[in-house]
Amino acid sequence: MTEATENRLSLRARLPGPIRRADPAVLTSFGCILLLLFLGSLYSSNFLSPEYLLQQLKVASFLGVIAAGMMLVILLGHIDLSVPWVMTMGAMMACAAAGFGSTVIAIPFGILCGMLFGLLNGFGVAYLRIPSMIVTLATNVVAQGLMVLYTGGFSPQDSAPQAMRWLATGYIIPGVPNAILVWASVSVAMVFLLTRTTFGRSVYGIGNSERAAYLSGINTRRIVMVAFAVSGALSAFGGVLLAGYASKAAQAMGDAYLLPSIAAVVLGGTSILGGRGSYLGTVAGVILITLLQSILSVMQMPEAGRQIVYGIVIIAMLLLYGRNPASR
Amino acid sequence: MSEWRYWLNEQRGTLIGLAIFVLMFAVYIANHPAGLTANVAQTAANKGVLLAFVAMAQAMVVITAGIDLSVGMILVLTNCLASWIVVGTPMQTTAGVLGVLLAGTICGAINGLLVIKGRLQPIVATIATGAVYFGLALLLRPFPGGAVNEDLADAVTGRIFGIIPSSLVVMLVVVLLVWLPFRRSEIGRAAYAAGSAEAAAFMSGVPIRRAKLVAYTLAGLLAGVGGLFLTFFTYTGEAAYASGSGYTLWSIAAVVLGGVSLYGGRGSAVGAIFGAFAARTTGDMLFVFDVDPLWQPLLQGIVLLIAISIGAIGLLRVRNRLEWFR
Repeated sequence: MTEATENRLSLRARLPGPIRRADPAVLTSFGCILLLLFLGSLYSSNFLSPEYLLQQLKVASFLGVIAAGMMLVILLGHIDLSVPWVMTMGAMMACAAAGFGSTVIAIPFGILCGMLFGLLNGFGVAYLRIPSMIVTLATNVVAQGLMVLYTGGFSPQDSAPQAMRWLATGYIIPGVPNAILVWASVSVAMVFLLTRTTFGRSVYGIGNSERAAYLSGINTRRIVMVAFAVSGALSAFGGVLLAGYASKAAQAMGDAYLLPSIAAVVLGGTSILGGRGSYLGTVAGVILITLLQSILSVMQMPEAGRQIVYGIVIIAMLLLYGRNPASR
Repeated sequence: MSEWRYWLNEQRGTLIGLAIFVLMFAVYIANHPAGLTANVAQTAANKGVLLAFVAMAQAMVVITAGIDLSVGMILVLTNCLASWIVVGTPMQTTAGVLGVLLAGTICGAINGLLVIKGRLQPIVATIATGAVYFGLALLLRPFPGGAVNEDLADAVTGRIFGIIPSSLVVMLVVVLLVWLPFRRSEIGRAAYAAGSAEAAAFMSGVPIRRAKLVAYTLAGLLAGVGGLFLTFFTYTGEAAYASGSGYTLWSIAAVVLGGVSLYGGRGSAVGAIFGAFAARTTGDMLFVFDVDPLWQPLLQGIVLLIAISIGAIGLLRVRNRLEWFR
């Protein structure tokens, strides 16, 4: 261990408990959120109004639900690239189920379709031992094919039923959109799953070393498959929420969610190699990315500039705290 | 074991890729109403070569156990750039071509520097640079358009002696000028070593950092060649997000079909070329069999899914279950 890290350790040891235990990556990302809000408020005072912040949280909740599933998969050291079309499929199937008469089963049906694709991903990764990047890429093409076939190249019955709209934009608590409540309950469930269940501990274990986890008697293949199924279900659920928000399901609606969901998880301090990361960081990453996108669009920057700034900011933040250790 | 069996074992992935392609192409030609005419071969070659360049680029990086999710976006960026500068007199056109190739190389070098000097994970780093490259492409071409030197374009997409597709010749030249020197150099061997056992290679004093940087940079160059070709085929530049991400996706699929291991250290760019041709032939095959266009994406996906599942057959040979986990 070098002298510099020893110094840093002794410095950290002198900090008060809660700060000392906190992940530096999570702290940095929350710091970046505050910085973005500060920069935004210089541009326009509306940035600090409760309405704007709630609106941002509502938009963030779609990404948040998807990123929760993505985080589970990334913690295993895998990745789920099938998000775009599984998400679109969830939305379209939910709308279709509603169109065929039953609004009650619409949302569960959409999520179930996503879960089936997640199971397929998980089976390929866990039992056939194909790299997750390949399996999910292929299932993404299959899901796209199914949806192109279903829609017949045109827009079918695509308007979202009342229940979906209510879930995304309605209010149980006055002033707080339901989508935020949905994200909050998914988050609570995720924190419980990751920190209080054997499943969650196994996920971290597999992410660190699948061999060791296997030798410790964990049924690693089943856990990996279940994690992918959860990720698929949450992607589809995100799609259902988004369709409710936009009041219709559209082709390619999921394209804009793959990269942000990975970026949110990684910016939140979860190692892309798996095994390390806290859910709080993912929440911070989601808010960070949503705020960044919002500020860029409020400043009426053209799409080209938005993409460039977005990419550069992600690289800059990763260079700030997402680097691999230097020693080998 | 004799010498040639080692060679066979080393080239197994490439040969499987070749076999898949030959099989599919034979079925395609057998069912094509015109048979194997010079015209059919030219069209197939043109479509295949385009993906082959991107797949070669991907293979370069995958061999070092990395991944480049920005290859498609480099292709789109260089396509948009080429639609501006590859025009005019032969001198200007030459300068333009060199400029496009330089741009691709710089993009690749940036990826390499971020991964090696910046110590970022290749997946996230190249996703982010991909967004930047796509943004630059949009700046260059907010709307599809532009032009290209049509004499040159027709020359490289046409036929030599009326029979040999010239795009194949260009690809062969690129393989001879870029891939073979790389493969035979110390740097190339270091790239393979970095992919198969990075820690051991580092301990043995193999220049793995330099090798990785060269691999990413050459990947950018090859993607740039792909972008140039896209411009020659379409005569225009277009910054389409779906096209960029589609090329990235199919480049990974082609690499896998061509027998390059995603864990690094195995396979070759030549295998990736066959993989790319095979991937393209799937699409054409559906056309020959007169499949409803609506079914095409689904069938392509299913073929892809089956093709990658074949790789799982190796599991049946695993004697020790710990070998499941790499």
